Amino acid sequence: MVDDQHFAQLKDIVKLYLPEDVSVGAIVEDSNFVKELNINSANLVDIVLDVEDAFGIRLENEDMDKMQTVRDALNIIAQKLQDKN
Amino acid sequence: MNRRVVVTGLGICAPNGVGLANFYDSMLNGKSGIMFHQELADLGFGCQIAGKPEIQESLKESYFTALQLRGLNSSGIVYGVMAGTDAWMDAGLDKANKDQPDWDSGIIFGTGILGIDKLRESIYLIDDNNARRLGSNSVMQTMASGISAYLGGILGCGNQVTTNSSACATGTEGVIMGMERIRAGKAERMLVGSCNDSGPYIWGGFDAMRILPSKYNDNPQEASRPMSASASGFVPGSGAGAMVLESLASALGRGAKIYAEVLGGAINSGGQRGIGSMTAPNSEAVQRCILEALKDARVEKSEVDIINGHLTATSKDAEEIRNWSEALERSGKDFPFINATKGLLGHCLAASGSVECVASLLQYREGLFFGNRNCHDLHPEILELVDASRIPLKTISHKPGILAKASFGFGDVNACVIFNDYKEI
Repeated sequence: MVDDQHFAQLKDIVKLYLPEDVSVGAIVEDSNFVKELNINSANLVDIVLDVEDAFGIRLENEDMDKMQTVRDALNIIAQKLQDKN
Repeated sequence: MNRRVVVTGLGICAPNGVGLANFYDSMLNGKSGIMFHQELADLGFGCQIAGKPEIQESLKESYFTALQLRGLNSSGIVYGVMAGTDAWMDAGLDKANKDQPDWDSGIIFGTGILGIDKLRESIYLIDDNNARRLGSNSVMQTMASGISAYLGGILGCGNQVTTNSSACATGTEGVIMGMERIRAGKAERMLVGSCNDSGPYIWGGFDAMRILPSKYNDNPQEASRPMSASASGFVPGSGAGAMVLESLASALGRGAKIYAEVLGGAINSGGQRGIGSMTAPNSEAVQRCILEALKDARVEKSEVDIINGHLTATSKDAEEIRNWSEALERSGKDFPFINATKGLLGHCLAASGSVECVASLLQYREGLFFGNRNCHDLHPEILELVDASRIPLKTISHKPGILAKASFGFGDVNACVIFNDYKEI
């Protein structure tokens, strides 16, 4: 189950990191950040920082390791927000 | 193998002009780029004036992607990428396609220190136990070779891509290194140039050495006075200059316009021996460098038509003129025309050599010789060696022949490059 608002926020963050030849429309729940969206793996740390700022959470190294796809990221965000409350 | 090397593209990001057209206009009309900076006054600097290119935020978007601009806090990268990309386009070259680099094109783009503002930002985060918040771009904006790495990726160069560093000789040294690589047949095209960050963290150390003028904060455009009796120190500057060097065969093959030929050059050091030191040049080394450059270029002393000096506006200017005069065995009315670009720009430090080479090369395109600003009162020791007519105050019409450009840097290092009007032989 995906939170539509979280997905929209995440999409908004990720689009900056897309290579020129990948459109925003390519970002779906199953997208793998590196293998499918062709995002430079060095930029994953920047996406993590942006996510932290946008959602007011903190992601640890192991969260980042698990964050392969958009769905992974959304699950981690949901979990962190739940833990916070 | 000793192939001819020519200059086919120029790019510039200077305190008195961003882009070739603006820069040329300023050089032609003697427009200074030196201004008062409130930031330096607020920090209690003795010298509160500097030369800093004015870059509109919107202009950056033509050179950088939105992602590259995010968190970009390295003025040297901004200046260098703008000048380097402009030079490439001016040469009529394209960026390499997405899948294949251009194996025959390389980059030697120097700097002194890169991204000092980014470094400061990073240090604050680290000291606050927050290294994890640095993100991915702190390394590439602060590694010295960041500038050549940015340009290499933007243009897609597949030959040598590197950064040289030899203090204020950096820019001129890069031209010679690029020329040598093409001469040796290891590359067809080399983008050469250099950049220097701006701001108090760059200039503060020089202010502390008391080698910057402190009495011109109210009239900044008069402050940089190369060859003048009233010279009182160099005005700190910043920016970038870039040139595309190309084998003559490649240039002719694609019908490129040719600004000038790079006939030769030499690089050496005074070893901080004799009167040479970390901060002062060994005159013997300077003269050897000039003579070795002429030899490399196969040019006679009598053939030198124009000199663009290092001439920073310190007490060392007279010594530099003596070195030119003794090395070339020429004086009085027989001395070549000489100009000092720093009168208008200040001392752009690691960028000075490349910025001044670009200024020198524009003289070939336009058939003129740029005048000298702020030296109506020539230093008496200089007047003993050179007739005042050889140091024009205003830009004059003159078809340049052989031009010698030298730069000297901390560490007692020297570089001298020889250009000539391109002639089919």
